[in-house]
Amino acid sequence: MLDKEEMKKIKQLKKEWENNVVQKTLERFPERKNKLVTGSGKEVERLYTPVNLEGSDYNKELNFPGQYPYTRGVQPTMYRGRFWTMRQYAGFGTAEESNKRYKYLLDQGQTGLSVAFDLPTQIGYDSDHTMSLGEVGKVGVAIDSLKDMEMLFNGIPLDKVSTSMTINAPATVLLAMYIAVAEKQGISPDKLKGTIQNDILKEYIARGTYIFPPAPSMRLITNIFEFCFKEMPLWNTISISGYHIREAGATAVQEVAFTLADGIAYVDAAIKIGLKVDDFAPRLSFFFNAHNDLLEEVAKFRAARRLWAKIMKERFGVKNEKSLMLRFHTQTAGCTLTAQQADNNIARVTIQALAAVLGGTQSLHTNSRDEALALPAEDSVRIALRTQQVLAYESGVTETVDPLAGSYYVETLTNEIEKQALEYIERIDKLGGVTQAIEKGFIQQEIQNSAYQYQKDIEEGKRIVVGVNKFKINEGSPKGLLKVNPEVGRKQIEELKKLKEERDNYKVKENLKLLEKAAKTDANLMPLILDCVKSYATLGEICDVLRSVFGEYKESVKL
Amino acid sequence: MEGKKIRVLIAKPGLDGHDRGAKVVARALRDAGMEVIYTGLRQTPEQIVETAIQEDVDVIGLSILSGAHTHLFPKIMELLKENNIEDIVVIGGGVIPEEDIPELRKVGIAGIFTPGTDTHDIIKFIREKVK
Repeated sequence: MLDKEEMKKIKQLKKEWENNVVQKTLERFPERKNKLVTGSGKEVERLYTPVNLEGSDYNKELNFPGQYPYTRGVQPTMYRGRFWTMRQYAGFGTAEESNKRYKYLLDQGQTGLSVAFDLPTQIGYDSDHTMSLGEVGKVGVAIDSLKDMEMLFNGIPLDKVSTSMTINAPATVLLAMYIAVAEKQGISPDKLKGTIQNDILKEYIARGTYIFPPAPSMRLITNIFEFCFKEMPLWNTISISGYHIREAGATAVQEVAFTLADGIAYVDAAIKIGLKVDDFAPRLSFFFNAHNDLLEEVAKFRAARRLWAKIMKERFGVKNEKSLMLRFHTQTAGCTLTAQQADNNIARVTIQALAAVLGGTQSLHTNSRDEALALPAEDSVRIALRTQQVLAYESGVTETVDPLAGSYYVETLTNEIEKQALEYIERIDKLGGVTQAIEKGFIQQEIQNSAYQYQKDIEEGKRIVVGVNKFKINEGSPKGLLKVNPEVGRKQIEELKKLKEERDNYKVKENLKLLEKAAKTDANLMPLILDCVKSYATLGEICDVLRSVFGEYKESVKL
Repeated sequence: MEGKKIRVLIAKPGLDGHDRGAKVVARALRDAGMEVIYTGLRQTPEQIVETAIQEDVDVIGLSILSGAHTHLFPKIMELLKENNIEDIVVIGGGVIPEEDIPELRKVGIAGIFTPGTDTHDIIKFIREKVK
């Protein structure tokens, strides 16, 4: 960094520039607003200089890629070695239809799968449950039993792809089904690569697909940590998600803070049941949002990486360097997509995806232009995937590691986001940790306040959304939206009936009984759930057993 | 009806957990001087109608982003009819494709507000409908 003399000189010259040059300009051309802010509403200075970074220590705060505190990336060569995994979240209707979409995406050059389940599946109901009416196959694929899962991955060799599954409360069940499908393909669990979301805390905070109360939910999660440490060394056991927290309205700082606070809670829970932190921490992964403010988002990713490394080192004293690395998936921000002039969303997604890449993401989902209106149509998904491919192969930003490092602005933002996120984490610690903070409604309230402010800013014209509150046009209704086959529900129910006639019901009952017994003890439930799914017990049957033992979560509603 | 506050029930039918919009609208209506009750997630049509009766509301605002509106909205309208409380103004919001709107209007949903709606438009709509 600069020596004292140089710094003094810059300060002095900056003052002169402000007084002489800037002042004159302002008299003739005032700035657009008195206060300019980031996407998260933080005030932005006119100019950033070395003065903003006075006293910073390159070796300590940035260091080199692949080295603590990993500000510049978790791998030494980043995208010079290999691009991020291009992974489009997809699934709708029946397993058969979704299987077709996966094969299409793989044919188009996608490099990993990402499964979207419908809401009944995510909440542990079979398709014939009364709460499932109207929801089957709508926001993802309907999975009732191993039979559906076999169809979903039919013809896709599971040792060749990595698969991410967005499943939380019943994550144990879907992971068990995935293992069982692989087994039928002759592939052992230790060869399987992928991720289950398995992050219940953000369900309570922001996403809403919880089943059980916090304590048994945390137990299921740590059961997975333990099982995977022994059986599935390549599997990411959790994807600690800020994505949905941001979608619910959080700022960039809140996204980092609440996500890492959740991470701390999972590490604490696993240590509490006797797991060694360096055994499970290397398989923790993260999931962030990429919002509109390009530079703030880049800084956010860098700040998150540095803060997590420090937490793992200082708070948990980890030894394995893999435990220090925050590896993450990114999805562009669904909440920024507009229903108006939907093609404009392609531009938004490009900027957001660029932020993720400049921030050093390990994998990426780019949203499709039509997602404020419906699930994406095939050609919209292709454009979204092509956007990633243009960034990878044409933009040039992949050719050097962490290209924005050293920008006075980006480094200042990185420092500020880290500092403010840490302050939030300390507040949550004082409340007794994340679970307490959720039960008190603190985190939800903070997010709601930000969401309301965001909306007010749009309505007062302080925040411009192109095509929504400025540059509006009269347009016809959009064409070619994807419509989920309304017959899916009926078809699933028929199949379910058939399954229950064909399977060995005695064995199903036995396995469910064993699961119930084990759920009442401290045993790891993964092996028992695996037995259940292999005998074609349904997701709903398994979750009903767990509901009867664990009870159900009730949200604390606050406005 | 001078002095009487408009009472609104904001409800999340079905399994959808996206409540950002529902909560923002609830707060905007409250800030506009209305009495707002928010149900929380995962309400069945029966629960929503029951709450509407108990709370004696003038308006029900339904929010769904999962696509289940084609099933759940008509179901709720049916129950309102059965309970002879069709005078309650029902509005809906969420990810609702335009082509679904005529069908929802037909079953009696007074207004559908899709992404990008200004909350002032909702407030104005309610004030005009509830007289």
